[in-house]
Parts: sequence; structure tokens; C-alpha cells
Amino acid sequence: MSTVKLTVNGKAVAVDVEDRTLLVHLLRDHLNLTGTHVGCDTSQCGACVVHMDGKAVKSCTMLAGQADGANVTTIEGIAKGDELHPMQAAFRDNHGLQCGYCTPGMIMSAIDIVHRYGGQLDETTVRQELEGNICRCTGYHNIVKAVLDAAGRMKVSQAAE
Amino acid sequence: MGVEGIGARVVRKEDKRFITGKGRYVDDIKLLGMTHAHFIRSPHAHAKVKKIDSSAALKMPGVVAVLTGQELVDDKVGNLICGWAITSKDGSPMKMGAWPAMAPETVRFVGQAVAVVIADSKNLARDAAEAVLVDYEELPAVADVQTAIKSGAPQLHPEAPGNQVYDWVIGDEGATDAAFAKAANVVKLDVTNNRLAPNAMEPRAAIADYDAAEEHFTLYTTSQNPHVARLVLSAFYNIAPEHKLRVIAPDVGGGFGSKIFIYPEEMVALWASKKVGRPVKWTGDRTEAFLTDAHGRDHVTHAEMAFDANNKITGLKVKTYANFGAYMSLFSSSVPTYLYATLLSGQYNIPAIHAEVVGVYTNTTPVDAYRGAGRPEASYLIERLMETAARQLKVDPAQLRRTNFITQFPHQTPVIMAYDTGDFNASLDAAMKAIDYAGFAARKAQAKSQGKLRGIGVSCYIEACGIAPSKAVGSLGAGVGLWESAEVRVNPVGTIEILTGSHSHGQGHETTFCQLVAERLGIPISQVSIVHGDTDKVQFGMGTYGSRSAAVGLTAILKAMEKMESKAKKIAAHALEASEADIVIENGEFKVTGTDKAIALPMVALAAYTAHNLPDGMEPGLKESAFYDPTNFTFPAGAYICELEVDPGTGKTSFVNFVAADDFGRLINPMIVEGQVHGGLAQGIGQALLEHAIYDANGQPVTASFMDYSMPRADDLPSFNLSHTTTLCPGNPLGIKGCGEAGAIGASAAVINAITDAIGNNNLEMPATPDRVWRTIHAA
Repeated sequence: MSTVKLTVNGKAVAVDVEDRTLLVHLLRDHLNLTGTHVGCDTSQCGACVVHMDGKAVKSCTMLAGQADGANVTTIEGIAKGDELHPMQAAFRDNHGLQCGYCTPGMIMSAIDIVHRYGGQLDETTVRQELEGNICRCTGYHNIVKAVLDAAGRMKVSQAAE
Repeated sequence: MGVEGIGARVVRKEDKRFITGKGRYVDDIKLLGMTHAHFIRSPHAHAKVKKIDSSAALKMPGVVAVLTGQELVDDKVGNLICGWAITSKDGSPMKMGAWPAMAPETVRFVGQAVAVVIADSKNLARDAAEAVLVDYEELPAVADVQTAIKSGAPQLHPEAPGNQVYDWVIGDEGATDAAFAKAANVVKLDVTNNRLAPNAMEPRAAIADYDAAEEHFTLYTTSQNPHVARLVLSAFYNIAPEHKLRVIAPDVGGGFGSKIFIYPEEMVALWASKKVGRPVKWTGDRTEAFLTDAHGRDHVTHAEMAFDANNKITGLKVKTYANFGAYMSLFSSSVPTYLYATLLSGQYNIPAIHAEVVGVYTNTTPVDAYRGAGRPEASYLIERLMETAARQLKVDPAQLRRTNFITQFPHQTPVIMAYDTGDFNASLDAAMKAIDYAGFAARKAQAKSQGKLRGIGVSCYIEACGIAPSKAVGSLGAGVGLWESAEVRVNPVGTIEILTGSHSHGQGHETTFCQLVAERLGIPISQVSIVHGDTDKVQFGMGTYGSRSAAVGLTAILKAMEKMESKAKKIAAHALEASEADIVIENGEFKVTGTDKAIALPMVALAAYTAHNLPDGMEPGLKESAFYDPTNFTFPAGAYICELEVDPGTGKTSFVNFVAADDFGRLINPMIVEGQVHGGLAQGIGQALLEHAIYDANGQPVTASFMDYSMPRADDLPSFNLSHTTTLCPGNPLGIKGCGEAGAIGASAAVINAITDAIGNNNLEMPATPDRVWRTIHAA
């Protein structure tokens, strides 16, 4: 057992976990942040994507201990109170989700993509960048629309800040 | 249409919880004192279980129990059932071997469970499973139908000699032979419909909780049909009587058919929770999903189509071998028979059809309904035949289809189905216009000048949905009725709860079903809640599959609404001292037509519950229910056209355009309908280009993770160009046909027809990977 100290969605936490515990299980089983999902166990589907120190990571593919001292943001931590993150709003407005299972990971990956490209995205780039997130419901059509829509909205909201 | 009524593109009510991480899936639920189950699964495709030694595992701290298949037998837990009886052509019933939830003696596919470890944590259960020693005696195995039907092949079940479950026929063989005897041309085709793994993103999971004092079970499970699960667990598996078993299917992360069935894991979890006296949770991992979720498709077919001198189809002969895997899953028997062969007429006037389907056991994961279920196999066969015929007869593929389209309705096909309505020329016109079919030759020439092989492929599909008229399916062997139920509860303050037997696992019922209420009462959808997925809340229901929720489930809600509105009008008329016949409902008010007298819905509801001033003899309350049994199947149909380019140097396919023109009857929420089509198209294209659940000759699965099985990803697919043509379904009052499966049914033939057109070689099977396409190009 080890104690892992990290910041999750702005709150400092210390969690005693078995050394083999994965970050996703620390989040889900110890902190009850069940919005982060496990879809494949092989780092392929991206349902488990969270942000660690501002970068998208697959939380099923790293040990909780590797997040010691890190700043982790999950799907539960991106809205400001009742105000949705622009990516969340864009997924809703563009019908970018159906069953919702891949959605948290999609949204977390998509935010990272917009940041990395400074909002300068086209359809081909979005499709290539989403290669590590699998959705079985939407055929990606509306997810791609949502990401492009949010890229515009995020620039607007950044400019407003 | 109001802003939230029928036909409005209303954003989904359910989305907020999913986009904020507040969805509640089975694995998100924890119960006090909960234990965790890990199944010990066979690594062999076929073996005798000689001995299970759990002594070392039982000594490990935190291990609660190790339970085996023999203990299931000792406790008289029932074997898994197949719910649709099929009769062979010789009159004999289908031949099935027993399927125990954990194998006490013989395992017949890799992944079949032989024992389960119950422990305080998931990790402890996994660790202990490593310490359980299972002694197997390997037996010869067979994975494909061609080998399984040969004499001398390994035999799976003594009840099914030759591994044959049934040999079933449909249609008029004599009339079909006569048509072929007179044919001007005969077109022949052999096709394989590749085996697929459904891969809903949420792996299956179950939590079972036994209350010893009440002798009552609660099961949280990833189900498309919790009431059917309760019925089967109760009536056939001997778990508990229905009133002592509550089944809850909370948020479910996709199903596509694979979550219709009642699997061994939830049976064992229920049984084990009583044995260990604590709640038992099992959550599958992705490899378990590949090994144990029912697979789809896996047909091998030879077909011949006869034409007269005017290119009119005169006959169709089909022989299909369907791979059922090692056991007959819940609805497996119906898939290659009544869901497949009954659609072999496609959109065409075919006077004589004869089809024979041989169902075969192999040492592979059981096969059952997967999005489309039999209808994709039928559509793929017919549409590849039409394309093959057009090339052989040297006519335009679109024109050959038009020459043979059914244009008069109703139309009785020679294979049971009576198509009620449709306009196949309209959808083909729309698709051809959208893709600029006329300009294709110039685009092909242009591509050729750049070294690319460009092709265009048409697919005109039809499906039978709105499953299903109970009397009809009962006469064909179904073990259940396929109606749907609904209840409308108007609360004393005028808000409304709709209880439905349909189950939403991505389809958006919490929005679309509210839209019907908004349409009829003129109230905002925020005033309406949809309740589903809990057998303690909803009286009964058959669940969601077969594109049935709108055509059948929503119609049940409509019937209940009509009853509620009738009573509410009586209350309003009494309060307003008017005639009931003069009451109309507008904007949430009951109005006396032609006057300014009105009473708002909340006041009517309150009057119903206070009961201070109701018409003489009226019962208090405002709650009505209805069961709706459809009178016919519905027949969504459409035309898909795919244009693509093949790189002759690599065999890689790139989409240029994919257009879909669908006729789904009335659309409740076009945004959600389009989403359903997008997802279906992705699965159809996935089958055509990428997906294949592969076994080696010894029955070892080669594709058991997302590292081996090629799921469609964002960069494998194009954006889609959708449109709708509409003929209203006459079979239900809303005119709805259903939209959930169309994309998966129609897309694969369009893709393969386009590739074979591009490369000028029809000898291509799915999935058309770059390797296969390159080999086909260079085989000539």
C-alpha cells in the first residue's frame, strides 16, 4: 500500500491504494468519480481519458502512483458550476453522444485537441486526432461537428476571459 | 408542430448527466458489503473438465467462495434457453444441446465459464482465480461451418448429429425451379457474411443482491429488456419467482442487440449472492466481451437469380449455412430464418423464391442478433446479386433495380412479408441526385488520370421492423409476444410521468417520448419525465431492439395518452359546465371550443386527485395504461450510394462521398434519427472494411481485444450526406417505421459494390481490407 497525494478537480486528496492500482480505479473506486470509464483495458478506446497537468492521458494505462503530486481534472471538473464547458455544450447541441459511455473520454480528449491546435482545426485533423477514442454509437459524424463547433466557442470564451 | 413537438430537433434531455460524468451505469453502483466475482474461463475451444481444485484459492485471505458448474446443477439452476422454436424441412424440431451457465463436464468454446471466484475485491478475485487449478482433457474442435458439416468433423452435442441444429426451408421450390428452367439469364454468387463482435462501449456488468429476510433478489444489469430478463430468470432459470426478483437496467452504454440476451454471468451472480449472503458484482473486461457477448452474422451463402429477356427477375434460390457457435443463444434460431429469409425479396418483385438455411454448431462464441439481425445478411446478398447481375447483363445497376422495383402496395412477397407501403424510386432518385450519379463517369475518368481507381456502389435495402405482431410471430415459433406497454401518470400538480417498457441505451427516448406528450398537450417537455428500466416501476415491457421503440413503444404511449385525455376532458367539461365533445386541448389547457372558457391541465389534475367535484360515478385519479400489439411489421427502406477511390498500389480505400436516402415514415426528432443512421452506417461500413471476429482452425479466437479487432475509428469514416423521403406507415397511428438498424443493414453492400466496381473484379469478401483488395486487384 502507498499513499498517493494529488489534486483532483481542484481539491487536494491523499488516498491509500495498493501499489498496482491504476489511476482510473483511484478515481472511480476511491474518489467515487465514476464519470471516467473503462472500455477496453488496452489503451485503445479512450473512455478513461482525463487531464493530468493539463494534458490528456489514458487513466487506465497508468498507475495511480504515477499521478502522485499531479493536478488531475476529470469530466466532473470541467464545468463551472451550472455553466457547462463549451465542449460539453457543443456535444449536447450537436447530438455528439448517444449512450454516453465514451462521452467523458471524448470530451476530455477533444478539449486537449483544441488546446494543442490553438483552435485551428479542420475535419481531417479532428478525425485523425480522435483516433484514440472509440465510439460505437454515433459514427463520429456529430462528434466531429461538436469538436469543430467547440473549437470556435472555446476561442470566444478564451477571448472573453 | 410545436417547438418541442413531433418533428422538432429538440436537444436531448438525458445529455446533461452524460456530458457532466453523472451517468449511472451498472459498474458505477456500489452496495454495502459487496463482493466481486471473477469467472474462470476455458482456454480451450473443446474439452472435458476433469477436475477443478480450488483448495489453494479458498485459503487466500479475502476469498469468499469458489463455485463450480456442478454446484449449479446440484442447486437445480436451469440451463440457458433458446426462445424461438424452428422446425426443419423434415418436420422435426430443432436439435439443441444443453447450455449450462457454468460447464460442469464439457466446454465448447474459448471463454466458457467453468467456475467463479467470489472475493472481497476485484483484484483479490482475480488473484484467487489464478490459484484455481482446472484439469482439462482437450477434444478436437471445429470453428467454421464448412468443416463442421463434413462427415468425420468433431461433434459438439450428441443431440445434434452432424452439428446440424436445423435444415429449414421457405418458399415454393417447384415454382422457383420452374422459373429457372425458363430463365433467359441466371446470375450466381457465393458470399460470406463475416462474423462480427458487437462491442457496445460499456462492457456487460451485473450486481446481484439477495435479501434473505424477504427472500428477494435485486439485479442491476446491462440489459436492453429488463422485464424479459426477469421473465427468463424466473420462469426458466429457477432463480426466483417474478415477484421476488427486481431487475434494474440503469444507464446502459450501448447494446446493438448484444444486451438483449440473458447471459450466464447474471444468472451466476444472482445464485451466488444467495449462496454467499452478500451482494455480488461482476463487470466484464473487453476480452470477456469478445469471448462471451453473442456475436453477429457469420453466414456462408450460395445464391442464384433468374432473369427473363427483359431483365425482370423471375426467381431466386438461396442456400445459407449459419454458424450458431457452440450453443443456441436466446433468439439465435430466428435470426437466419424469420429475420433473414423473409427479407430475401428485397425491394423487388420476385415471383418465386426458395431458400434453405442450415444452422450449424461450431466451437465458437454463440451467435445471435446484432444490429439488423438477419436483415443485413439478406440485404447484402440481394444487393450484391443485383450489382453482379447488372454487370453480367450489361445494364446500369440503378436501372436494373428500377426495372424490378415493387411499385404497388400492399405487396405480398413469396416469403411471408406483406410490404404495406413505400416508394423505392423516390429514395433512389434522392440518393442519385445527392451523389450526382450522372456525373460519375467523368469523375471516374478524372481519378484514373491521377492513378486512382474510382467506384460507385448502390444498395437499396428494405427491412422488417416494428417487431412485432404477437400472433404472427407466435405462429412462427416465437416464445413471447412482442407488444409493448405504457402508463401515463398525471401527477396532482399536472406534471407527467410516462412509464414505458422500452429501454433507452443511447436512443434518446427520454426526449423523443416527451415530444409526443408535448405535441398532444402543448406543455413543455420539462414537465414530462420518462421512467424505464426497472421492473418495480414499469409493469411489463418487451424492451428495445428491432427498431421497435417508436413504432411499438411510442404507439403504446399514444394509446395510454388517448385514454388519459378522454378522462381529463370529462373532468374539464364537468368543471366548465360544457359538453365533453366541445373540449379541445391546446397549450396545456382544456378549452371549450369557440369560447374563452378554459381550465389548465394542473387544475384538471388536481380536480382528479381531490375528487371533490368529479362527474358522478368517476373514479378519482388521472392515470391510464395501455398495451399495444402491432398489426404488421413496418418496412423502412432506402437507397445508399457510396463513391470511393482505391489506391491500386496499396489496396487502401478512401471515401469520396456516402449518401443515404431513407424512408422511415414519420420522424419524431430528425436530429436523433440522423444520429441513429450515422451510427448504423458506421457499423455497416465497419463490417465492409474493417471488422472480423476471426478464429483459427482449432477454435482459438484471434481477435479478442481492440488491438486485434479493427473497430471503426473517426479517421476510417466519412461524414455522411443524409436525406429522407417519406411514406407514412399505415400500420400505426403515428405513421412511424423505425430507424435504428437501417444504416447497418444497407451500408455494407454499397461499399463492396463500389470497391468491386472500382477494381473491376467481383470476387471480394468482407472485410475488404487493403491486403484483400490489393490481392484481388493483382490476382487477375
